[in-house]
Amino acid sequence: MTRAWLAGVAAVAALVCLPVASLLVIAAQGSSGLWSHLAANVLPVALRDTLVLLAGVGVLVAVVGTGTAWLVTAHDFPGRRVLEWALLLPLAVPTYISAYAWLDILHPVGPVQGWIRAILGYSGPREFRLPDVRSMVGCILLLGLVLYPYVYLTARAMFFTQAAGLIEAARTLGERKVFRRVALPLARPAVAVGVSLALMEALNDIGASEFLGVRTMTVSVYSTWISRADLPGAAQIALAMLALVVGLVMMERWARRNQRYAAGQRPRPIGRNALRGWRAGLAMLACAVPVLLGFAAPATYLVVEAWKRIAFAGISPTLWSEALNTVLLASAATALVLLCGTVAAYAGRLHGRGGLLARATTLGYAVPGTVLAIGLLPLVAALDRGLIAAGLPAVLILGGSGAVLLAYMARFMAIATGGVESGFARIPPSYDHASRSLGQGPTGTFRRIHLPLSRPALVAVALLVFVDCAKELPATLLLRPLNVETLATHLYGEAARGTYEEAAIAALVIVAIGMAPVILLARQPRPRYPGTP
Amino acid sequence: MKHLALGTALSFLAGAAAAQELNLYTTREPGLVEPLLDAFTASSGIEVNTIFLKEGLPERVEAEGDRSPADVLMTVDIGNLVDLVDRGLTQPVQSDVLEAAIPESMRDADGQWFALSLRARALYVAKDLGLTEFHYEDLADPEWKGRVCIRSGQHPYNVALTAAYIAHHGEAEAEAWLAGVHDNLARKAGGGDRDVARDIMGGLCDIGIANSYYVGQMLSGNGGPEQLEWVNAIRLVFPTFENGGTQINISGAAVAKHAPNRDEAVALLEYLVSPEAQKIYAEANFEHPVNATAAVSPLIVQFGDMTPDTITLTEVARNRKAASELAEKVGFDN
Repeated sequence: MTRAWLAGVAAVAALVCLPVASLLVIAAQGSSGLWSHLAANVLPVALRDTLVLLAGVGVLVAVVGTGTAWLVTAHDFPGRRVLEWALLLPLAVPTYISAYAWLDILHPVGPVQGWIRAILGYSGPREFRLPDVRSMVGCILLLGLVLYPYVYLTARAMFFTQAAGLIEAARTLGERKVFRRVALPLARPAVAVGVSLALMEALNDIGASEFLGVRTMTVSVYSTWISRADLPGAAQIALAMLALVVGLVMMERWARRNQRYAAGQRPRPIGRNALRGWRAGLAMLACAVPVLLGFAAPATYLVVEAWKRIAFAGISPTLWSEALNTVLLASAATALVLLCGTVAAYAGRLHGRGGLLARATTLGYAVPGTVLAIGLLPLVAALDRGLIAAGLPAVLILGGSGAVLLAYMARFMAIATGGVESGFARIPPSYDHASRSLGQGPTGTFRRIHLPLSRPALVAVALLVFVDCAKELPATLLLRPLNVETLATHLYGEAARGTYEEAAIAALVIVAIGMAPVILLARQPRPRYPGTP
Repeated sequence: MKHLALGTALSFLAGAAAAQELNLYTTREPGLVEPLLDAFTASSGIEVNTIFLKEGLPERVEAEGDRSPADVLMTVDIGNLVDLVDRGLTQPVQSDVLEAAIPESMRDADGQWFALSLRARALYVAKDLGLTEFHYEDLADPEWKGRVCIRSGQHPYNVALTAAYIAHHGEAEAEAWLAGVHDNLARKAGGGDRDVARDIMGGLCDIGIANSYYVGQMLSGNGGPEQLEWVNAIRLVFPTFENGGTQINISGAAVAKHAPNRDEAVALLEYLVSPEAQKIYAEANFEHPVNATAAVSPLIVQFGDMTPDTITLTEVARNRKAASELAEKVGFDN
């Protein structure tokens, strides 16, 4: 039976890696002549900007995500119940929408700077203006504020179910060092998964960075491909970036190669430490600021803009069918990705070789969406030809929804595999051994032990993937069928011709669709374990 | 727009499409082309299925190969059109209607692509400056230090402008010019063309480069009262090269090589250059018509006549790669 699981993960890994392999083929068709131009004119700035951006976003999401997760799980303070789920809300805001909203809010001729000038008595932006949002610092803050929930989510799940015994024992020795000496080291795999998801999102982001004028490697991929019609060159840069990411992820795993994280005892939630006075105020502030900046401000902006637009021109009648398309595609993709991610994670637990294949399923996340879709194009076309030659209906037909689903899968498997793995990591291997010694095969053990025990992780993964699919733009744009628009493609169509005001309504609906699962995510019942009261 | 389920069903049946319809792949935004397509369907009875793509339109058509449902490929920028031809994704079309309506310099000699509308790479000027004439060369003049706004140097519109500059002055001078423009920037290169008007209104800059038709769109009031405020702060000037005219770019279309509905495809192109459709281009999109019998929108005409540059579009297309590399070399977007 182990073999069946391994075959499953191998099939999934092949599906995800094929687009990357096809990029290799495309890259090999180009010359290496590009690199001398790149080395002289592009790489110094692009590499520096990419690394600064990743370092900045990495630190920001790790600090905000882990810090707020620790505050809401191990402490009690006024507003905690609301903040605990509100901290997830920025997930619902796509980076490109947040970038646009902030740019407008903080524009030199926008509302905030206008008030500041009015208060200080300046007449125009020539006399006084704040530093431009369109900068590296602006980009780091903006991406960090939208992406920290990846870390918050994984870290919080870890704190929830961790060996409360360890932490409570540590508490008797003094509260101050518990977080740094016990909780943080225990949460490291979860934080690492969250941070790497956030960094890959930051790396393949094109909308926000381009908007904010940060010249990352991803922007170079686009200018090489679009302005110079050099697709092989673009594929070469994309693959070089991918190698960089794989290297980073492997380094982190290697660094904690000898550590084990499963709780020895039955996991149960940590007792909360009630905060009072200024400490409570500070905790509340620390949790409220990310929500305000990452969600409330851009969402309020969208509501105001959408309201103005509806009053001015009404709602486009196609909006509802676009919303339906978005939900249908995202739901189908979520089911597929969750299934494949679970297979990959379990196969990885069963067998060392499965672990390697499970790693391979996460490759696609670090490739910019459009580039991945370009890699997918020849494959889907070939699959279709094969199906037709075999006399079967070509269900994947390029330009049918199958191609979009495959792209979502290749792109978001990292979330599923990583998320389910960290859910499994909390289950002590002794449970597996006990179940196997009582006569269960790998599949029975999975059904009776891993599935029920990792249910919270599975739900979290499903919701994350759903939100990500609903926001996804580049692959949807390139691969969707004729006459089909999703909210994201509609929004892009308006934004591309500069009619942002039309896009505000679609953007608001995307955020609303993203909020529903986020709220569900927060409301899901605490994990229960057999035998807990 | 139909629902997804229906769209999927349609794509299953792509091979057996009903008569009297055609499939359009476009990089022009739906909001821009829909009025034209609706008018076409009303006059011809041919239904148009569309997909709006941006990057990757040629790659998608290429991958679909001889089973591609695409009939008409529509895009902006001469570079993109030439790219389609170079990849062998188009087919020649012989049509008296198209040849009569479109000047020779605005279509491919073999009928592989046809221009449908023109747009000028224009100058937006703060109204109080009273400037009415301008040379692209002046953008690099230190007089304008800290006063110029423009979008990314890698945007196709700016790449085409630099490519035309190379055609006039050679690569070395173009590099110096581009570096000079960069030195004059009031803010980082970026944003969209309308931001130039907004930033001039806000006093961030005094002049900026942007496409002509945005002025008409903002003046029409369709974008709301805020944009009217932006555009009222500026004046549209058609700059020229010192030894030439105003740099223009085109939107255009081609018939796909494996078009399953070739006749309908040609009918669409012919309709799009008819006086009726050209009027929509001019009045709804504020572009310059490619068909000389149609009139330019009064909102644009009020700013004076536009004399197109002498450099041919194909020459501009040829310099595109060099222009994009120059933008990286001088760090235009940094």
